[in-house]
Amino acid sequence: MFPSRIWRERAQRYRLEAGKCTTCGYIAFPPRLICPECGAREFETIKLPDTGRLLTYTIIRVAPSQFTDEAPYAVGIAELSNGVRLMAQIADCDVEKITVGMEVVIEFRRVQTDGHHGVLSYGYKFVPKWY
Amino acid sequence: MRDVAVVGIGMNKWGELWDKSIRDIFVEAALTAIDDAGVDMLDSMAIGCMTGGLFVGQEHLASMMADYLGYKNLAASRVESACASGGLAFRTAFIEVASGISDVVLAGGVEKMTDVSGDGATYALATAADQEYEVFHGATFPGLYALMAVAHMEKYGTTRDMLSAVAVKNHVNGSMNPNAQYPFKISVEDVNNSVMVASPLRILDCSPITDGAAAVILTTVDIARKLGKPIIKIIGSGHATDTIALHARKDLTTLNATKIAAERAFKMAGKTIKDIDFAEVHDCFTIAEIVVTESLGIFAPGKGGEAAANGETSLEGSFPINTSGGLKSKGHPVGATGIGQVVEVVKQLRGEAENGRQLKKNPKTAMTQNMGGSGGSTLVHILEVA
Repeated sequence: MFPSRIWRERAQRYRLEAGKCTTCGYIAFPPRLICPECGAREFETIKLPDTGRLLTYTIIRVAPSQFTDEAPYAVGIAELSNGVRLMAQIADCDVEKITVGMEVVIEFRRVQTDGHHGVLSYGYKFVPKWY
Repeated sequence: MRDVAVVGIGMNKWGELWDKSIRDIFVEAALTAIDDAGVDMLDSMAIGCMTGGLFVGQEHLASMMADYLGYKNLAASRVESACASGGLAFRTAFIEVASGISDVVLAGGVEKMTDVSGDGATYALATAADQEYEVFHGATFPGLYALMAVAHMEKYGTTRDMLSAVAVKNHVNGSMNPNAQYPFKISVEDVNNSVMVASPLRILDCSPITDGAAAVILTTVDIARKLGKPIIKIIGSGHATDTIALHARKDLTTLNATKIAAERAFKMAGKTIKDIDFAEVHDCFTIAEIVVTESLGIFAPGKGGEAAANGETSLEGSFPINTSGGLKSKGHPVGATGIGQVVEVVKQLRGEAENGRQLKKNPKTAMTQNMGGSGGSTLVHILEVA
């Protein structure tokens, strides 16, 4: 993976930065140039809240090559306290104990490694709140 | 707008075609369609292919396929909308004939998927999802549909056996299709006990990796009459997109692009779902067929699984779905699937479906629904016996 591809996403992956439409309040994560709700083009940068609720999840057993060492691992979609939805892995738990509706906290983690010599990619993962 | 008809269909055996190249499989299907139509020239050609580049390292397919089809200067184009590329090629050809720009157009689709490892195929297919916000986190295509399945089960109580009923029914239909990749029957227990891919989806919930092509010939109804072929008119065409990322959608249990594409096709045709006799839909995973039949309005939201389990979508049911065997049994060469669906509905409307899978009640009106990614694009077409 070319470093610039990782670097370009740093504000979202490291700091959870989103764009909030100054006209209608729609929150775009990742940020966008035009609001899909009202068509306005002015956004202010905000940070997403770091807690949410799991809407759905799956335990992936047949994984892409960069994730085979981690399988089985869980991936889910969470709705954050401000209504924004995002996808991430669910870490630090027995995957069999995950349930829909579970509260999660967003933590900063290593997400991918590109072989033995490639770039390490960091980003966010969900962690069950009670851990 | 001129009236447009499908006058020729071409599809050969789908499967793991080790001895055939992408150009061989496409040209074979195209020649079958040209011979079936009895035309001796094409004005243009639209080919759906998701990613020749990642599967066989070959792009610029329009030029290659026109060349190998024996045309030196054909106006050929390749269109792409992930797994809906075939449906998009069909719509492109339809618009071209309807507009008067061309009289005889070949709409084709092709994908050669077995020249890469399973891992390579997973990577290629995942390019239809949001690379930085889904695939980066380890999502796979079975994974994305699994997320929909869990949400559907949670909201409506859809069960494991309902998912399995879709696969079982499609294999019954596919067992009668000589061109199907897996023309054999399976049981609910086979599906329930197959290897888990992304919970709750097991390997027998998933459509396979397939080499295959399909082609159809479109022309005006006036020319079709002169050719003396049965006239199957395209009366509705609908196309819609949705967010590429699944998590960006407000409802994870509906496919909005499918709903809107269907509304657009119905509006053009002046029909409603009650006028449709049967449909070929995009069952890339068992849950997809359930959600699609609900989004098309065939069944109420949350009732698609129950309908499949009760046999309502079987050949003898109230609304037969995927008489060809669907993507599950017939195979899913991604770019060719949308055209393969048209081949099946034309066969059924002509009364030519093989081996006892011909619908008994003289079907007159049919629908195809072909979607890309996790539903980020959808093409719906309505065809009718003229």
